[in-house]
Amino acid sequence: MSGLFQRLAPRSGPAVPFTIDGVPAEARAGDLLIGAILLHRRALRRFEFGPGERAGYCLMGACQDCWVTLADGRRLRACTTLVEPGMAVVTGGVGE
Amino acid sequence: MSEPVVAIVGAGPAGLRAAQVLAEAGLRPLLLDEGHRAGGQIYRRPPPGAERPEAELYGFEAGRARTLHDLADALAPRIAYRPGTMVWGIAERGPAGFDLDCLGPHGHDRLAVDRLVLATGAMDRTLPFPGWTLPGVFTLGAAQIALKAQGMAIGRRVALVGAGPLLPLVAHQYAQAGAEIVAVLDVTPLGAKLKAAPRLAASPATLAKGIWYTMAGALRGQPVRSGVRAVAVEGTARVEALAWEDSRGRRHRVPCDAVGASFGLRSEAQGADLAGCRFVFEPVTRQWQPARSPEGRASHPQVYLAGDGSGIGGADVAELQGERTALALLADLGRPRDAAREARLDRRLARQTGFRAALEAAYPYPHHLVDGIGDDEIVCRCEGITAGVLRRAATERDAREMNRLKALTRAGMGRCQGRVCGHAAAEILARTLTVPVEAVGRLRGQAPIKPIPLREPA
Repeated sequence: MSGLFQRLAPRSGPAVPFTIDGVPAEARAGDLLIGAILLHRRALRRFEFGPGERAGYCLMGACQDCWVTLADGRRLRACTTLVEPGMAVVTGGVGE
Repeated sequence: MSEPVVAIVGAGPAGLRAAQVLAEAGLRPLLLDEGHRAGGQIYRRPPPGAERPEAELYGFEAGRARTLHDLADALAPRIAYRPGTMVWGIAERGPAGFDLDCLGPHGHDRLAVDRLVLATGAMDRTLPFPGWTLPGVFTLGAAQIALKAQGMAIGRRVALVGAGPLLPLVAHQYAQAGAEIVAVLDVTPLGAKLKAAPRLAASPATLAKGIWYTMAGALRGQPVRSGVRAVAVEGTARVEALAWEDSRGRRHRVPCDAVGASFGLRSEAQGADLAGCRFVFEPVTRQWQPARSPEGRASHPQVYLAGDGSGIGGADVAELQGERTALALLADLGRPRDAAREARLDRRLARQTGFRAALEAAYPYPHHLVDGIGDDEIVCRCEGITAGVLRRAATERDAREMNRLKALTRAGMGRCQGRVCGHAAAEILARTLTVPVEAVGRLRGQAPIKPIPLREPA
């Protein structure tokens, strides 16, 4: 399944390997975590107070819709965090 | 006497110009910014590795963007610049001054400052419509940031909805970058824009750009459709289509996988609230903002305001205000004044005021659309609180004011602290009570104004 976001400007920088729910994925240096995930998935997390999933909303650190969890327990706002090699994102299988 | 400690919150156009003036006067201001790189949102700089040519990123604004970025680079060694730093708490300390609670790359700390310049910017204004919480619906600002900061589009087939000059601009930028735009819908009637056009001519460059973007879109076969109603995103788990009614009442539907939608801008003013500033209701944009004198002084004698965080004026105005408010601060410190420079700035700012009023009249916040929000529609997207719950709190539980509404329903109590839902919730409450929107007040800011992870960065 393709992701929600679409990369329009190609990047020449190094590849950044990370995982989404244990599945290896590849980002590029300079990708924010939200972009890195949404190039592969169509959502970031489940909505905790009802049905449905969420994929972020404002991309400027204001709405707090894009918090994601890493396997090491860290919780990160995906739109203000750069992807790093080895990050293990846990979504619980959303947006596949 | 030791040098006073001045902190500037926000490194966009306003904060950078304020920092420049203070540094020129020999101060070493703290510049605290949530962004990883200075420039703010409109001149947002991509992270290292994601850079692209400025002309591609900023279009007509490339020159201004470069000037500000160069300024940021030149200032860095002369000021105490802290990127990636969130100011989540502001408390008055003693007779004069503030404690700032910050979370940065190296963890938490508390800074004691004597004076505060707040240049905290704005975010998109939201109105709920069916399907707006589906994954794939973003603000117009988000659509633009995805492109500018990441070189990405928010989807493969993108529909854009809004009320404001950002709409034709984002449509143009997406088309230029090679994205497929399937619809550009403006909820503002064409009449409102035409009526305001003569006054918009006071700023010919801005007007010309708006017309140019709109014409360019029309020539590509993607005209902005004005006066649309009943906008709804269709889809169960994700965005599948956008439906709307045109100005003649005909229904339309276009398949898409992402939507950018927002309705003007709202000031990010929670810091001013924590600092104890008085707020005033701004009737044209229908929002509460910290009171600001023409020179940029807040009601609190140690607080200064500049940029969209205390009144929507756009990037050019923000630069002028940043410079002006820093001069006011220096004057208050008893530093020698440059009366000619102050007068020149005051004249330029006065000229901008008429233009902004016309712009806001051309693209009013479409508050009348709240009547079309169904009772089952989510308004507070953090907590999933619906319009029906808000209306019943008003009619059955005597919620007559925003903070009471929040206590009763949890709307505005979630992670975003009402940034996203606050204005729409106030309009819904006011309509239900049949009172003017200013009568229901505003959500009070509370620290932490943004979530702080329990586990700090190492």
